[in-house]
Amino acid sequence: MNAKHADRLAELRAKFDRPPSWKDDPKEDKERQTIRERQPRFRGLEAGHRACQGCGEALAARLVTEAAGPDVILTNATGCLEVFTTPWPQSAWRVPWMHSLFENSAAIASGVEAAMKAQGKSTKVIAMGGDGGTFDIGFQALSGMLERDHDVLYVCYDNEAYMNTGIQRSGSTPHAAMTTTSPPGKERMGKRHLKKDLLSIIAAHHIPYAASASVAYPRDVTRKVRRALSIEGPTFLLIHCPCPLGWGHDGARTIEVARLAVQTGLFPLVELERGAITGVMPIRDQKPITDYLGLQNRFRHLFAKNDHRAEEEREHLQAIADYNIAIYGLAADGDDPLDSEGADTVHRCAIVP
Amino acid sequence: MRQALEGSQAIAQAVSRCRPGVVAAYPITPQTHIVENISKLVADGDLKTELVSVESEFSAASVVLGSACAGSRSYTASSSQGIMLMSEVLYNISGLRVPVVLTCANRAVGAPLSIWNDHQDSMAVRDSGWIQLYCVDNQEAVDTTIQAFRISEETEIPVMVCMDGFILTHTLEVVDIPDQALVDKYLPPFAFKRILDPKQPISIGTLVAPDFFAEVRHSQHQAMLKSEKAIIEADRDWKKLTRRGYGGLLSEKGPKDAKVGVMTLGSIGGTLAEALDTQPPRRKTKLINLRCFRPLPVAAIQKACEGLTDLIVAERAISPGLGGIVGNEIRAALAGMKKAPKVHNVAVGLGGRDVPLETLNDLVDWAKTAPDTSFSVFDAKLDKLPKEDR
Ligand SMILES: Cc1ncc(C[n+]2csc(CCOP(=O)(O)OP(=O)(O)O)c2C)c(N)n1
Ligand code: SF4
Repeated sequence: MNAKHADRLAELRAKFDRPPSWKDDPKEDKERQTIRERQPRFRGLEAGHRACQGCGEALAARLVTEAAGPDVILTNATGCLEVFTTPWPQSAWRVPWMHSLFENSAAIASGVEAAMKAQGKSTKVIAMGGDGGTFDIGFQALSGMLERDHDVLYVCYDNEAYMNTGIQRSGSTPHAAMTTTSPPGKERMGKRHLKKDLLSIIAAHHIPYAASASVAYPRDVTRKVRRALSIEGPTFLLIHCPCPLGWGHDGARTIEVARLAVQTGLFPLVELERGAITGVMPIRDQKPITDYLGLQNRFRHLFAKNDHRAEEEREHLQAIADYNIAIYGLAADGDDPLDSEGADTVHRCAIVP
Repeated sequence: MRQALEGSQAIAQAVSRCRPGVVAAYPITPQTHIVENISKLVADGDLKTELVSVESEFSAASVVLGSACAGSRSYTASSSQGIMLMSEVLYNISGLRVPVVLTCANRAVGAPLSIWNDHQDSMAVRDSGWIQLYCVDNQEAVDTTIQAFRISEETEIPVMVCMDGFILTHTLEVVDIPDQALVDKYLPPFAFKRILDPKQPISIGTLVAPDFFAEVRHSQHQAMLKSEKAIIEADRDWKKLTRRGYGGLLSEKGPKDAKVGVMTLGSIGGTLAEALDTQPPRRKTKLINLRCFRPLPVAAIQKACEGLTDLIVAERAISPGLGGIVGNEIRAALAGMKKAPKVHNVAVGLGGRDVPLETLNDLVDWAKTAPDTSFSVFDAKLDKLPKEDR
């Protein structure tokens, strides 16, 4: 970003600046405000919550609420997001929010939506859960909610394990990943089973819109949230959210890790309408899966020297990535501003004059 | 209007008079007819409500929790296995102090599988923080359902209206379904304050650390104790409008100077009342019908037991390894009395076993010689069992 451009942006930002109360308060030192605080956006999830540094789930939830705006009601399954945002008597939520149990976020949201209908209100309802609360224990309630056609967006923050209880495997944990209940050892190479293809199961409900997204592509996340909320009926969004603690990577590299999951083909970004694929994010340069695995402790055992099992597991994971690319047609033909390189905001900023 | 209705039909009518914004339920015998009748009222346009036909009782309870928190009067109904499946949510609803009304069509809990009546289901969730009111007959079930909404919304405590499966739910009786105008006069519109509203966002269901949890439970317990007043007043005000009341917390029948008392919950009270009229025991006996089991109305129970030498608690549930559930609670409740009666405790009518009129005399005879710490499954026929199980 050149200096002139930066100045112009700063000038625009000053004009858009957030609440007038800032101007009223001469003590407020703008220099000390964080970048986030200077952003003139609606914030549904405030800073100051207790997530780990670099938590992908916290970032994703912020993006979702930012895109949704203030006229929403959120329901939240038990899990990290619920715990780190609401230690009584504090709450990081600026929108009405409710947590009940681990497995009923979708059912609570169904009830909230039914009440909105009964009262003739148009407030949007967003149900949220981790992958445990969505793929596993809360799946029945979710399936029921989709089948009954509730006007609810369900967002699953997929960090691929039960993080809140200390990194146990879930139906979403990728094959071969290490968790505390799928440790590698003489007889095992991490999780034995495959990651459940939840999106296909969701799409099989023939709901109007289901999509996957990644925190590495924030504009894509917000676009999908807005798209989902513009539709009447049940919609679903699966957001890939690295968890530095559970995946064993540096908290500063969350975005890089998330981006590699997409670039390798391990986490395909797709959109489905009434069960049919209507959009994918093409992959410009497919990265080898080892680029992704190598950054994370949970795959460390796959790099063991002189272990033929490690090699086989790596080949297996590469095959999964290749299969995803083939089945969803993810290989880009030529550069696309919305492909895995173009859609990356960091890169795009660089090409703005 | 007086009509001959099946119990479940009558409950559906009563619920519809309360103008619920949201109803969610999942079918289970013997509650099924309630859901079916409500569905029909909705289909015919006679009840304007959001009927959510959920995929499980777990979701039924969750839906009504969500809808009540979003500002709509909410109702659900279940039984037995369904109540067990709901149990996690039941604790949640009461812990969050959210007004909801649930009809429990009482049924045994398997295994062994039984669709017939006893009170094991509601007794299993007696500590879940719900007010529990037990009904003797269908008219009482209708009236209690309407009262329940008022009690629940006044106290912010959920109310479970317990009516015996089949014995009440499937029995045709003449009942008076009160007019809409009368119910509207009695039951104000839903006005729960702590709701999810984008204009005044609040967070519901936050994580509470040890520094606050004990206080939450303390205040919940106090609210339960105080709810006795709301229960009594709801019944009293209803009586003013309809001339039908049920004694608030409990009711008594029989000679005031009786030395023997028989305490029951639910429809057994009706059977024994008839027995008292038609074949009274030789020893003067009075009946105590415990309408309100949660909160346990200790003072009212002690008062009702004054002057008794023997109290027989006949209940439709059991805690294997302990004995009676109600019986042991009553023993504890009477412990503070100057002259507490001996408490004889039996389970009768488990899993739908018929409780005939003779039961009253049989119980009173048995209590003459039974030790006061006794418990038995009164109507078990031991000769059906192998010797080692008797
Ligand atoms: C019925 C029930 N079983 C188990 C738990 C314990 N529990 C709470 S959160 C959680 C895991 C949450 O995992 P996930 O949904 O993936 O969310 P994350 O914490 O990873 O964001 C578990 C197992 C519970 N609260 N309720
Ligand atoms: S454990 Fe993982 S998901 Fe939970 S707060 Fe930390 S980084 Fe976020």
